[in-house]
Amino acid sequence: MDLITPDLGLMFWTGLVFLLLMFVLTKFVWKPILAAVNSREQSITASLELAEKTMSEMKALQAQNEDLLKEARAERDSIVKDAREIATKMVDDSKNTAKVEAEKIINSAREAVNNEKTAALAEIKTQIAILSIEIAEKVVKGELSSADKQKALSEKLAADFNLN
Amino acid sequence: MPFKNIVKSILLICTVVLAFNTSFANGGKEEDKSAFIMHHIKDAHEWHIMGETSVYLPVILFDGGMKVFSSKSLYDGEVKTATNKEGEVLDFDYVANTKLGYGMFHEKIYKLNNEGNLIFHGEHPENAKPMDFSITKNTLSLFFGAIIILILTLTAAKFYKKNGAVAPKGLAKFIEPLVVFVRDDVAKPYIHGGKHTKYLPYLLTIFFFIFINNLLGLVPILPGGANLTGNISVTLVLAVLTLLITVISGNKNYWGHIFATPGVPKALLIIMVPIEIVGVFTKPFALMIRLFANMAAGHIIVLALISIIFVNQSAAWGFLSVPMALFISVLELLVAFLQAYLFAMLSALFIGAAVEEAHH
Repeated sequence: MDLITPDLGLMFWTGLVFLLLMFVLTKFVWKPILAAVNSREQSITASLELAEKTMSEMKALQAQNEDLLKEARAERDSIVKDAREIATKMVDDSKNTAKVEAEKIINSAREAVNNEKTAALAEIKTQIAILSIEIAEKVVKGELSSADKQKALSEKLAADFNLN
Repeated sequence: MPFKNIVKSILLICTVVLAFNTSFANGGKEEDKSAFIMHHIKDAHEWHIMGETSVYLPVILFDGGMKVFSSKSLYDGEVKTATNKEGEVLDFDYVANTKLGYGMFHEKIYKLNNEGNLIFHGEHPENAKPMDFSITKNTLSLFFGAIIILILTLTAAKFYKKNGAVAPKGLAKFIEPLVVFVRDDVAKPYIHGGKHTKYLPYLLTIFFFIFINNLLGLVPILPGGANLTGNISVTLVLAVLTLLITVISGNKNYWGHIFATPGVPKALLIIMVPIEIVGVFTKPFALMIRLFANMAAGHIIVLALISIIFVNQSAAWGFLSVPMALFISVLELLVAFLQAYLFAMLSALFIGAAVEEAHH
């Protein structure tokens, strides 16, 4: 029965010690510890949120970068293509021009040669004609140098006419 | 291997614990072991160290003025055989100090009558009892417990004051999880609407008070070894505090449920109201009994197991009783925490019910 009979003295001391302990602990321990724990928890939550935000921002930035890169790549491709086209065109153009020029030159050369040739032939013809006339003159001069010869010739010519 | 080291230290501690328990139990061969165990479970005016060595504690009595003297003058007083009113001689003794005018029987102090005797009625003296505010074994243990709690928690608090809200180190690393545990698993789930912060200091104090004193009770050498939390006076005070807080902070909704339970026919209220009123008291009553019975039982089991050796007067029984006592001692470590948790949790539950807002 002693075991379950509360003892006044011990009850008094327990109450006193407990209340003092609660007072001291509340003031000097629980409040600072809980404040520290709370503020740390808040800072952890804030940090986590910040990290998440930063990550999503970074992701957006990365996507943007990728887009930019894609755009740049496309632009580069188009520039290169254009350049190639222009180059090809330029080469073709110059080839054509060169061809036309060459043909022109060849044609004019050919014309000049022909002209020269014609001129030369005309000259030669003229010379031949002159020579022929001179020769004919000399021959005629020789044939008609004497009366005999003139007579003979006229006879011969007359004979020729006769024959005809 | 830190784990291995921890296991080793635990085993070492347990061995020391049991060795001392054995030294406690080493009384006279004919001694009644149950009386020895009951003596340990109850409070005392001396602190038994070992063998014949004891520390005598101050006795403080209020009996027409404060009287303070060492309990040595009672323990070393005259040993008298108990007698009853009819003058019959009984078969047990008590100690008396006729100079001081006080006698002691089963650690309780009584006023001696004019002849310097205690008159027994049955097994208890009929003499008047002075108000006894002595620093008993349990009171001293209470002080030790408070000092240990203060050292532990103030050291932890100092860490935060010095370092701010950083990750805890040292003692703070041990205290903080317990504080957070009480906040998140004891207070928050049962006291709703952000009201838990108001009651958190009480719940934290009660948790640490019970936990540390439970553990202190498991240490058989000074400053431990008293059965403080297994004493009904202590658990009564703690339960009354919970009751007071519940009643004081009870809101309209709480009292409404007690005196006019919603949805109950008026005629039934005649039965319901007394039941609800009794319920207000049975809840803390259960708290008181649970803690007291659990802690007292733990002490009784360990001592009883050790006593097997002495009852049988053979050291060979140690091979049976020591492992069993070791098992119970380790189990008690769990119980020490569990009971502290339960007391705080149920207190939170009762307070939570008292401050709950109506939501119909």
